[in-house]
Amino acid sequence: MTTPVQTPATGAAHAASVAAISVRSAGKVFQVAKGAEVRALDDVSLTVAPGEFVSLIGPSGCGKSTLLRLIADLDEATSGEILVFGKTARQARIDQEYGIAFQSAGLLPWRSVQANIELPLELHGVGKTERSARAEELIELVGLTDFRSRFPDQLSGGMQQRVAIARSLAERPKLLLMDEPFGALDEMTRERMQQELVRICSETGAAVVFVTHSIPEAVFLSDRVVVMSPRPGRIVGIVDIDLGPGTQRSEGLRENSAFFEGVTAVREALHGSPAAPMGVELR
Amino acid sequence: MSEGMRGPGVAERGNGHPEPAAGAAAGAGVPAGVSAAAVRGPGRGRALVRSVLPPLVLGVAFLLLWQLVVAVFDIKPYLLPSPTDIAGQVVAVFALLLSSMLATGLNALIGLVVGGVLAVLLALVASRLRVFDRMIVPLVAGLAVVPIVALAPILNTMFGSTSDTPRRVVVMIVVFAPIFINTLRGLRQVRPVHRDLMRAYAASSWQLTRTVTLPGAVPFIFTGLRIASSLAVISAIVAEYFGGLQNGLGSRITSAAANSAYPRAWAYVFGAIILGLVFYGVTLLLERFASRRRS
Repeated sequence: MTTPVQTPATGAAHAASVAAISVRSAGKVFQVAKGAEVRALDDVSLTVAPGEFVSLIGPSGCGKSTLLRLIADLDEATSGEILVFGKTARQARIDQEYGIAFQSAGLLPWRSVQANIELPLELHGVGKTERSARAEELIELVGLTDFRSRFPDQLSGGMQQRVAIARSLAERPKLLLMDEPFGALDEMTRERMQQELVRICSETGAAVVFVTHSIPEAVFLSDRVVVMSPRPGRIVGIVDIDLGPGTQRSEGLRENSAFFEGVTAVREALHGSPAAPMGVELR
Repeated sequence: MSEGMRGPGVAERGNGHPEPAAGAAAGAGVPAGVSAAAVRGPGRGRALVRSVLPPLVLGVAFLLLWQLVVAVFDIKPYLLPSPTDIAGQVVAVFALLLSSMLATGLNALIGLVVGGVLAVLLALVASRLRVFDRMIVPLVAGLAVVPIVALAPILNTMFGSTSDTPRRVVVMIVVFAPIFINTLRGLRQVRPVHRDLMRAYAASSWQLTRTVTLPGAVPFIFTGLRIASSLAVISAIVAEYFGGLQNGLGSRITSAAANSAYPRAWAYVFGAIILGLVFYGVTLLLERFASRRRS
């Protein structure tokens, strides 16, 4: 069994240029009101290898979303350096190196499912026939074939989120950034979506940074779980999850002892238990 | 969202014509009822009956009462002519009534379209440029409270009294404020997640406007347009009261009244009500058409 868990540890050491993401001592300070400052993120370093699934977990205010937004260049880091496929975050955004999905699906209500998925392609000048062919593939991938010409308000929350995921995959990105995409879904839908995401990601071979506050979700999906703590937001531990490649992760895994071990390790890291969780790397 | 904007308060503005609007109460229910029923699927026949019948019954009852009151109390026509007298005049001057409605309607339409396009374009500029926003918004707020039709005599002198232009300009200025203000409010409603998304796509600001901001503002534009469509007809008619060409409803009403031909004046008032309803109804249908495409 190949465990992609090993690659980042060795890869991080010498080749930042090949890493999907390389964050070095990044910090983010928000100015609030007059003179007051909030340190949302403090001295965070993280490397994500190509094809690796990394979750960011922690209580609210720990800066996990902020970190994702810095990587996506939706906000600018106040200190440190962020490289995406060896480019600055800004250049990577301009070059469309990543696909992104948010907690609220963020679909355009006046566009059909298909037109929503085509949006990024349309914005980047992809021709009409190619666009609809690609949308067709993606609609099938997320299982919405019968809903292609529906509008977002005719879909359930889970379906909307699937459209958003299909949209994030439209340009075959090598990196997916997901900010609690299943946060607003009910537990059953959520588990089904996790299953689908893990399948889709291993099929596309994209690296993923996945923000969540659910421990089982992080463990089920990830190769590594990055545990963060608030005030100021920083990484307190990184837990390697050894559950095999995404293609082999199925519902049964949730009953597996390795899964429970992972959950325990993440929980301990979250609550700052003195017993060192497995594979912790503190930088 | 667009559903929420469709308040009854605005609907009443459609009937906000001079007091005889009540005389057309029977007609007033029709456009609203028809379009409301058009979007329902099954059982639309019954829904149509249910929404059209009550106002129709009320309107007919009102007309009968009116007729009765005029006959019983022997009210003189210069005070209040009977509905049958008015109807007789509508038939008698029908050709002229129609051409007057067309003349006034065209003025209202041109003013509405030009003023509306201008309002949307300037709102777009204001939503993009903060400086311009600060300059124009107070001006428009001021414009909204100025009795624009009072400008009509001055514009008549400016453009000459043989021209329709002064009336169209009046309409244009009157419709500008409600469309501008509503559009601008709509353009400012962009959800943060859409803003983030478009930034992630490295979209240009024109792409943001075209794919997110402007389509999102459409329901707001229609709210403005709905208010403006009634205002357009009212101002086109009132602008005619101040002289100039004698081809529209407003000038026919004044000249009939000046000649003590009161039932005829009322016949033109009836035409004005119909014209107002047509404008309101068409706007409503356009809005339904636009919002059907989104859900």
